[in-house]
Amino acid sequence: MLGQQLVNGFVAGATYALFALGFTLMFGVLRVINLTYGVYFSAGAFLALALVRNVGFGLGLALPAAAIATGGLAVLIDALLLTRLRRAKAPELASLMVTLGATLLLYAVLTAWLGTEIRRFPPGLVGGAVEFGGIRISGAQALIIVTTFVLVAGLLTLLRRTRLGLAIRALAENPEAAQLMGVDAGRTVAFVSFASGALGAAAGVLIGLEYNAIQPYMGEAMMLKGFAVIIIGGLGDIGGALIAGLLLGMAEALTAGYLASTLKDAVGFVLLVLTLWVRPDGLFGRASARRA
Amino acid sequence: MIGYARAALAALALLSAGSTARAQNSEPVTLGAIEVLTGPASRYGIPIKNGFELALDDINAAGGVIGGRKLAIEFQDSAGTKEQAVNAARGLIGRDRVPLILGPTLSTEMFAVGPVANERRIPILGTSTTANGITAIGPYVFRTSLPEADVVPVTLEAAQRKFGIKKVAVLYGNDDAFTKSGWEVMKVALEKLGIETVATESFGAKDTDFSAQLTKIKSLDPDAVVVSALVEAASGILLEARAQGFSPHIRFIGGNGFNSPTLGEIAGEAADGTLVGSPWFIGKADPANQKFVAEYRTKFKQDPDQFAAQAYDALHIVALALDAAGAADPEKLATSLIAVKTTGVTGPFAFAPSRDPADNSGVVVLEMKGGRFRILE
Repeated sequence: MLGQQLVNGFVAGATYALFALGFTLMFGVLRVINLTYGVYFSAGAFLALALVRNVGFGLGLALPAAAIATGGLAVLIDALLLTRLRRAKAPELASLMVTLGATLLLYAVLTAWLGTEIRRFPPGLVGGAVEFGGIRISGAQALIIVTTFVLVAGLLTLLRRTRLGLAIRALAENPEAAQLMGVDAGRTVAFVSFASGALGAAAGVLIGLEYNAIQPYMGEAMMLKGFAVIIIGGLGDIGGALIAGLLLGMAEALTAGYLASTLKDAVGFVLLVLTLWVRPDGLFGRASARRA
Repeated sequence: MIGYARAALAALALLSAGSTARAQNSEPVTLGAIEVLTGPASRYGIPIKNGFELALDDINAAGGVIGGRKLAIEFQDSAGTKEQAVNAARGLIGRDRVPLILGPTLSTEMFAVGPVANERRIPILGTSTTANGITAIGPYVFRTSLPEADVVPVTLEAAQRKFGIKKVAVLYGNDDAFTKSGWEVMKVALEKLGIETVATESFGAKDTDFSAQLTKIKSLDPDAVVVSALVEAASGILLEARAQGFSPHIRFIGGNGFNSPTLGEIAGEAADGTLVGSPWFIGKADPANQKFVAEYRTKFKQDPDQFAAQAYDALHIVALALDAAGAADPEKLATSLIAVKTTGVTGPFAFAPSRDPADNSGVVVLEMKGGRFRILE
């Protein structure tokens, strides 16, 4: 049972990390607590579902299409809500309140439009399972793990090895200086919004695929875990989010398996509080994407 | 000034009393009904309204109530909110002077509306409220819907008898009033039947990952898993169990949350073999039920559900009580209602002294097969 519980925890942890990637990117670089992120997660899942169900796309096509469309949506929403605030250099609390209001509105719209009934992708979209030594890993689980690691590697390369990454890090470090050095702030911000929206949507599709529960509020439930992961991993720390996500998933699975399932949800918040007490900059102590 | 207002009110009251007195034997008897007709929970409220309307047609076609008066219902929408439900009740009692209120749809609404009706001594009759403690609100609060505590034991007893279930694992949602009260009912019923519980696991209402709990349950190898969950979580649990390779011999037994066609739509084959108790089933063979189903399909172009059936029976029960009372008077109705004994599409019916239904012999145990429920053979 231990082996299977570790696999369960690893998969759950990979989903937390996958969800947290776009969130921590937005947080660390744009320095806004953008609560609409959960909506992108739900929107991505619904878009992919519509493409699979109504247009007949396979997952290989539906996943990127949903991610790109949701990325575009994120750019639009970010521009609508936050451009004015950024120009006025409004405090972080203002962006929190604005995005909170927008989130409630967007969820209400999604609910009115799509209803609260849960939906799922057609069974067998990602088939198969491998079993060795009594431990099972399904196709969807393998896909989640692989995608998470590929995206983390891709993001780290982007931030560290490319001019765009340099511009993003410069903007995160000091917006004024970056603009004086010729960084186009508007375009860079738009790119970060796009990337985090697309990452959120991809997470929504894969997690919706694994847990078969697509409904408008699915993003809201992940938000709390997402917060815990990016704080434990360090704000804006991509590698930190991966490790914190895996850690949280494993801790939860082992708690439910060997202690008591009533304590499962408490684990994340115990870890969160401990992190804030002992290492307020996150487990690895690297503050934000500035050093990503 | 206050004196004038009082006098005016008294005069008004006299006038309206006079008009009802004069109208006797000719004017229709109008009941009030508060149901969720808009919003997400309208998927319960609208079938209930349909059930009432179908019963209304029957009753009026058969000559009405109290020796020839037509029966009518004034419907009010609660939109699923307590506030709107209470306002509706105040209007029905104060303005429309109804002798009885049907509904409201949800247990939470009843906990708000029940005390209002009870205080004004107007009988109120829930047809879909299953939570514990509804009729404890007061002597004017009735319900015809079977509480979970009456349904779950029937399901477990059938599972024990048919499949020789000896040890089970229990899984329940620990942060929802309905699923938690369902779990308490299950615990008591399992003890009474002498079934051993090898593990009790829980999850949160918004959880979508049940892998850790189910891995643990699988390792304990129970004969069945007894689950108290709403349909969203229930579907996720069944799919995860199938993905983990649970043996088909391990039965999943659900509370009322499982009793939804959505379970089959979402979980598909993974739900096969799942057992659930229901106060009513569309495929029940008795002629009264077949007639109800056929008429409902003709009138509303869709299949009736449990809530429509319960509403249909409830209005027939009220009509019998009106006949026995001989007048559309709240006090007399409250007295005659408790004595009604009849058989409807949901089976034999009588009230217990607690104003809950006394008879659960109409409960059918259903088994999921190929994504659809059917009666357990």
